[in-house]
Amino acid sequence: MITFISPTLDYALLAPILIVLGGALIGVLIEAFAPRSARGSSQLFITLATLVLSLASLIRVRSGASTTAAMESVTFDGAGVLLQGSILIIAIISVFLLADQESFTALAAALPGSDEERTSLQQDLKLTEVYPLALFAVAGMLLFPVSTDLITLFVALEMLSLPLYLLAGLSRRRRLMSQESALKYFLLGAFSSAFFLMGIAYLYGYSAAVTFSGIHAAVIGGAGNGVYLLLGIAFLSVGLLFKVGAVPFHAWSPDVYQGAPTAVTAFMAAATKVAAFGAMLRIFYVSFAEAYWQWRPALIVIALITMVFGSLVAIAQRDVKRMLAYSSIAHAGFLLSGVIALNKSGLDASIFYLFAYGVATVGAFAIVTLVRDAAGEVTDLNRWSGLGKRSPWVATAFAGFLLAFAGIPLTSGFIGKFSIFSAAYESGSTAILITGVLSSAIAAFFYIRVIVLMFFKDPVEDGTSVVIPSVYTQITIAISAVVTFALGIYPTPLINLIQSTAQFLR
Amino acid sequence: MTMLTNNGLVYLIALPLFGALSLLLLGRRADKWGHLLATGMSAGSFAVGLFQLSEMLGREAESRPVTQKLFTWISVGSFNVDASLLLDQLSICFVLLITGVGTLIHIYSISYMSHDPDRRRFFAYLNLFIAAMLLLVLGDSYLNLYVGWEGVGLASYLLIGFWNQKPAYATASKKAFIMNRIGDMGLSFAIMIAFASLGTVSFSGVKEQAHDASEATMTAIGIMLLVAAVGKSAQFPLQAWLGDAMAGPTPVSALIHAATMVTAGVYLIVRSNFVFDAAPNAQLLVVIVGAITLMFGALVGTAKDDIKKALAASTMSQIGYMILASGLGPAGYAFAIMHLLTHGFFKAGMFLGAGSVMHGMNDEVNMRRYGGLRKFMPITFITFGLGYLAIIGVPPFAGFYSKDMIIETALNAGGAKGIILGSVTLLGAAITAFYMTRVMILTFTSPKRWDDNQHPHESPILMWLPMVILSIGSVISGFLLYRGEALKHWLEPLFEEHGEHTELLPPIVVSGLALLMVALGVALAVVKYQLSEVDAVAPENVTEFTRVARRDLLQDEINETLFMRPGQVITSALVKIDESVIDGAVHGIGKMALGSGSFLRKSQTGFVRSYAALILIGAVALIAAIWVVTT
Repeated sequence: MITFISPTLDYALLAPILIVLGGALIGVLIEAFAPRSARGSSQLFITLATLVLSLASLIRVRSGASTTAAMESVTFDGAGVLLQGSILIIAIISVFLLADQESFTALAAALPGSDEERTSLQQDLKLTEVYPLALFAVAGMLLFPVSTDLITLFVALEMLSLPLYLLAGLSRRRRLMSQESALKYFLLGAFSSAFFLMGIAYLYGYSAAVTFSGIHAAVIGGAGNGVYLLLGIAFLSVGLLFKVGAVPFHAWSPDVYQGAPTAVTAFMAAATKVAAFGAMLRIFYVSFAEAYWQWRPALIVIALITMVFGSLVAIAQRDVKRMLAYSSIAHAGFLLSGVIALNKSGLDASIFYLFAYGVATVGAFAIVTLVRDAAGEVTDLNRWSGLGKRSPWVATAFAGFLLAFAGIPLTSGFIGKFSIFSAAYESGSTAILITGVLSSAIAAFFYIRVIVLMFFKDPVEDGTSVVIPSVYTQITIAISAVVTFALGIYPTPLINLIQSTAQFLR
Repeated sequence: MTMLTNNGLVYLIALPLFGALSLLLLGRRADKWGHLLATGMSAGSFAVGLFQLSEMLGREAESRPVTQKLFTWISVGSFNVDASLLLDQLSICFVLLITGVGTLIHIYSISYMSHDPDRRRFFAYLNLFIAAMLLLVLGDSYLNLYVGWEGVGLASYLLIGFWNQKPAYATASKKAFIMNRIGDMGLSFAIMIAFASLGTVSFSGVKEQAHDASEATMTAIGIMLLVAAVGKSAQFPLQAWLGDAMAGPTPVSALIHAATMVTAGVYLIVRSNFVFDAAPNAQLLVVIVGAITLMFGALVGTAKDDIKKALAASTMSQIGYMILASGLGPAGYAFAIMHLLTHGFFKAGMFLGAGSVMHGMNDEVNMRRYGGLRKFMPITFITFGLGYLAIIGVPPFAGFYSKDMIIETALNAGGAKGIILGSVTLLGAAITAFYMTRVMILTFTSPKRWDDNQHPHESPILMWLPMVILSIGSVISGFLLYRGEALKHWLEPLFEEHGEHTELLPPIVVSGLALLMVALGVALAVVKYQLSEVDAVAPENVTEFTRVARRDLLQDEINETLFMRPGQVITSALVKIDESVIDGAVHGIGKMALGSGSFLRKSQTGFVRSYAALILIGAVALIAAIWVVTT
């Protein structure tokens, strides 16, 4: 007879995730029962309240540490708190972008060009499903970097991915392109998930365990079949590298970044990166650390290719969203050096970098939503020329974010790059340091080119204009800009916080 | 040695920064009194500087430097950078120059910009510049210096492009922007090399290790620092932006593009004396760059008809002198700084004079349309004339002492180097005398060539007062700094001791030679311009040299062929690569991997498949890589 042992859960430590899930369910109920007119504002309120509440409960339990918060599936530790906190903060500031309904289609189920679509546009329907979808994704992201067994890790991966596939297809304009990108994202995501699962299977075959600590013990013991470990690490890495957009698993990201509604792109680009790198850091630092000589060379090569490829191809982009996508690929390469470093300063630097990069990314995409003409957002870079003359503040803010991406001093990006490269250098990866600095120099070229374009070229007279930002978008941009510069001028408090709390429990 | 701390240093920067921020944030509300606040802040900073100087004078030479730690900026692992300020004998010179000349130029601008609707914004940028420049000279590490370095760059672009409704001006600021970026890359590489090989980026830290580090490292750092200096100080081969930067309002040209910012390169090299002392090859390169630029600027100066561009060419050439001197090692550092200070006075004074002339002549800048202004603008004529006597090096004016010392040091550099450098500096002095006399004659003493629509008049007191003060500086500063080797002894504790140097010629002979060259240059100019007719329109039937010099010795054409075209080619090639090679490779790999062409046939719809193929290839390669490493 099968006896059922009820799991013991530490609800206080799991509260941040559970609150977000609860909020998402309330959102679903609102969609089902609330009158259409009341949905928009109540959804925004519920979503914000949920995220803030979740952040508050996270802060309340910040010093808690447990490897058995949900049996052995979830570990609650300093690094986990910092990563979850970053995800929540980024989610809060990007939710304001979702509030701008101009970017979403009126009725997601209507075929592009159909009568239904026309009617829905005429009726001025609003799509409010985005809020609960975003919350589900956030819940998955919160779970991803604290999962410590492979099954939970996979569930979290799917939980964060599925809502994102949907969100990517909801653009109001150029719907076919948006839906195409969503389908691409979904197909390729499913493909890489298959690799990921395959990796789990091999790792189980190697260690007869699905928990990170079990795998770690098996690696130290060295009793398992080495080939299984090798295949397991490789396949699992494919799934993770796909999510972070490292070359050669990056091909989806320019298309999806371009096709998805910009508000979604902002959220996806920033928060997914934190979650995916968080999970990657944890599994490599906790489970595979002792087998580093097997995977490190391959990962170094991937990091180098990613940095160089992202930076080089970004130069050739004519579309601002594609340019930011390739820049995010290059940043994935820089971030990989934190995984490769495999030391405490690498972990600290990665967490700082993830937070700083995430915030700047949300800010940059928020600005993209502002530059429009009659047909919607203008993403053709040539038409951004002279923006600095027409809208100095918007152009200045965008220039600030670009400088942060380029890693110019007095922005958060500089501190981030500096610390992550020095961590890689400490661990002996001189190649990473040199390539990183060189590709940063290449990258700086195209960021600066955009700044030159905005400030020193004459405006084109074609009706491109900057809409006056709604108060929501203003909040997003203001917070992102303040954080980006504050972390560049006075990063010490955050660095100290990270240094004193960031660690992985086994 | 522990250094004294002084918590007053921050006020030097805080005052102008406060001015800049409040003017920018208050917007139009500050239009009425913004310029007064900005001027007050600059003057306040000058007062703090004077106070610091008096404190410093009261201490022994070894304990003169003071520092102030503001906060811990970066603390990553074993690497720490504090945001700290350092005020020593070298930086105090700059602090006083920046705030002193800066305040005078603020005063001048009140009147000069009085009709501009955006005067408040102009003053905000001026204050921003002062704050950034002070940070540049007060930072105690290369990283802090870098922040100020970028800051002055930013202020400079904002001010060059201040009248950016005119496209040509916007293009000029773009050129300055790009050329400066090349220099800035040099600085960031220098910082990275210092960090990677020495583990520190503070001046004191690098200085301590300068002797033990390998010469190759020091040479690399030195060359990168030189690249930075070349960009910022408009030295060969990154000199092209300075002439175009004259598009900015004239007070800006005086402050930023003559007296202070463009001399930051000289500061950087002198500040890094320990690097260059340990890297003779880099030092030699410094001298070569200085020598080329000093001739280049002087030659361009002979052909320019635009008064501001002629002065800009002369700035380039004079900074060439300073760079050359700073490349001569411990013997030259003090004289580089001395020339920098005297130049700050006379060149700023002459630029303000040029502004005054333009003010009286409806913004005409072509000297061929001036003439005979002596009668109409007596104060401008006298102050400009004193600056002129100073720059060509007539005793006892300021430039005589500083330039003479550089020529002497160059001659005494020893061997063929000494003879070559000595001749270049002497020849430069003659050409300087020629083109400056030309400016003087064309503007003030030749017969008038302007039509009756012009009503030249003297400028108001707020404009001529700063010019008078600066001209007093151009008269006496050289003697004061030279007397009893005052500046040399003042700066001595900062530099390495140096051995006895040989004297090729006795000083009196050198001075005589220099004066002879100056007399030659002046005489030639007088014959050519004062005693013979000058055309109001630039003549066309001129020698090939004049033609080339008028076009800045073809610097733009050279830049275009060497840098711009290849840059454009590379960029468009990358677009091609993206379209054909990368996409093609994706398809190609897909074919190989799947062993079937049918998958990718007519592949407009095959994108997802080829992406998936790429992932598959990646996975296979990853496994292969790990496999190879493991077995």
